[in-house]
Amino acid sequence: MLRALSGLRVRLVVAFTLVAVVATVTTGALTFREARTGVLQQSQDTVIEDFRHRVNTLVPNYRFPPDESGLQSFANDVSRGGRSQNWRVLAAYRDASATSRPGDSFRELSQAMRESVRTRRATVFQRVTRDGHSSLVVGMPVTFAGQYGTQRRASGLEVYLTVPQREEQGYVDALVAAIERATVPALALAVLMALLAARGVLRPVRALRRATRSIAEGRLDTRLAVQGSDELADLSRTFNETAAALEGSVAELRRMEAGARRFAADVSHELRTPLAAMSAVTDVLDEDAAGLDDDTAMAVRLISEETTKLAGLVDDLMEVSRFDAGAAALHLDDIDLAESVRRTLASRGWLDTVRTSLPEPGALRGRVDPRRLDVIVANLVANALRHGAPPVRLRLRAEDDPHAGRRAVVEVSDGGDGIPDGVLPHVFDRFYKSDSARTRSEGSGLGLAITTENVRLHGGTVRAANHPDGGAVFTVVLPLRPDGAKAPVRRAAKEEQA
Amino acid sequence: MPRVLIIEDDRAVREGVRLALRRQGHEVAAAATGEDGLEQLRTFGPDAVILDLMLPGMPGLEVCRRIRAHDQVPIIMATARGDDTDIVVGLEAGADDYVVKPVRARVLDARIRAVLRRVGAASGDHGTPRTEHHGDLVIDRAGLTVTHQGRPVALGPSELRLLLTLSASAGQVFSRQQLLEAVWEHNYHGDARLVDACVKRLRAKIGEPAGRPRYVHTVRGFGYRFGSR
Repeated sequence: MLRALSGLRVRLVVAFTLVAVVATVTTGALTFREARTGVLQQSQDTVIEDFRHRVNTLVPNYRFPPDESGLQSFANDVSRGGRSQNWRVLAAYRDASATSRPGDSFRELSQAMRESVRTRRATVFQRVTRDGHSSLVVGMPVTFAGQYGTQRRASGLEVYLTVPQREEQGYVDALVAAIERATVPALALAVLMALLAARGVLRPVRALRRATRSIAEGRLDTRLAVQGSDELADLSRTFNETAAALEGSVAELRRMEAGARRFAADVSHELRTPLAAMSAVTDVLDEDAAGLDDDTAMAVRLISEETTKLAGLVDDLMEVSRFDAGAAALHLDDIDLAESVRRTLASRGWLDTVRTSLPEPGALRGRVDPRRLDVIVANLVANALRHGAPPVRLRLRAEDDPHAGRRAVVEVSDGGDGIPDGVLPHVFDRFYKSDSARTRSEGSGLGLAITTENVRLHGGTVRAANHPDGGAVFTVVLPLRPDGAKAPVRRAAKEEQA
Repeated sequence: MPRVLIIEDDRAVREGVRLALRRQGHEVAAAATGEDGLEQLRTFGPDAVILDLMLPGMPGLEVCRRIRAHDQVPIIMATARGDDTDIVVGLEAGADDYVVKPVRARVLDARIRAVLRRVGAASGDHGTPRTEHHGDLVIDRAGLTVTHQGRPVALGPSELRLLLTLSASAGQVFSRQQLLEAVWEHNYHGDARLVDACVKRLRAKIGEPAGRPRYVHTVRGFGYRFGSR
């Protein structure tokens, strides 16, 4: 919600609207002020001119100083002379006064104005708004011309005029309405323009976002359609170039990786033929070593041992390259896991050296790949025997996870010094050689890596840790799929067929 | 003294295996090509054949098929390619067992003795002599012959042993592991591929329609069960 409000579209609309409002309001206000001033100025000039003319024309007809009736008829005469019938006139002489309309209180006339007329001896006017109606009040002292026309003398007679400015007010109101009416379409136009501009910007931006996401999801052949020649088009073009470069690099990397993988597989494979010949005769060498002189016997046994190791290493390499090539498949079978583990230990002669804690026969069954389970268990136990110290323990138990379902947990621990903290994160890496305690090993350095791959193939996890009482603990958790559950990896076609 | 024929193109491997097996007490003949191997099969008359999968000229798979066409001698495939597909293809071509090179002489010897035991056990299975009828399938346990719709079926030692094991307890489900032990006598576990490949071969030979087996039924997740219909 917040994100939508702070989006580009909203920001553009707000900005455009603000600009439109400021522009229309400023223009309107200035226009209004000038027009209003013009209208009022003109009307008041006319009124004052008329008023002055009228007074000047009429004053000589009256006796001075005026009496009350004279004042009354003077006021009446002045008011009648206005082009408009709405003139209200007040004539005042000293304390006496008379209005053109009987009983008119002349409330518009302020004391300050009277004062000003009396003292300044000039025509004074004021716009007064009362009860929502504005009117123009003009005050004028009647003066006598002085000698030689230089000095004017106040006669004491003051004439005041009130003219309602209804017409002018109407003009001004119409002006305001016009400005208001002009603002609404301007605002609407601004919003429309903002939306159009936002659309013009947002469409390429959205396309760019989609394309970036698509690239991130691995579709490296994603490209944008470039239209026009603006900055956004430039951006799209740059994106396309970057994507093409990335695609090229990734393809090159993949090619190199595939080449390296194929090379490892080919080398391992080629090693098999000479090794096959050597392995076949190692038993012969071992048997005959007893009858040879010491040096020759040692040399012969050494060759025999190393041949066996080399054969193991090549086997492991082949297995790893199968995992790398994605050619390793699961052959799931419903088996008794405890029995399977027992067989693994028995076939390698470890039953007496490993302390086991296994469930009752038949208590823990599950669908796993028996051959791969054998590799997992054998590698972990071999690792413990090789690098740890006795006693090596193997514990197998079932675990019910509310999310993952029933799982088998295999725990292999030893009584050694444990694994140094710096080594722990790398213990499953290929060929990882740790400190002196775990250096020169009989293994290929691939056993735990192969274990990890086999566990992963089952959709399980493997982790290494140190026991609080010393020694390393390797824990494998394997999901036990009930019959019919889908395996994570395609099963061999023959089984599907059967 | 078992007579073993090695068909292997690589001279070092051929000589090494020949030397090692001779030391294990076998009488050994060796051939460098498939054609030579087929010739020696006739003249030498081995008890078991160790066959390399990759041979120049006639490939190992073809040699295997040709041997199986008229001979039920046990065949152990020796392959440098340990990939599942290679093994399965080899087994389906008719091999009784396979070993992935490199292999120690003692292991090879154990495998040879195991297949020979199987043949011996099958031919020496002198239980109550009788002939069983399972639909169109007739199994003569004493004469070790199998006929389907009156026609004799030529079964390899593993196939015959598998059929005898399954049919001896018709209706019972055997896991692949149980069959491995009963038929192949492997005391290590795992290679369920052996069982699957052998079942496939057996089904083909006794004319099971694809996808609707009448005799050897698959029990998903467990193994196989014998039963006519």
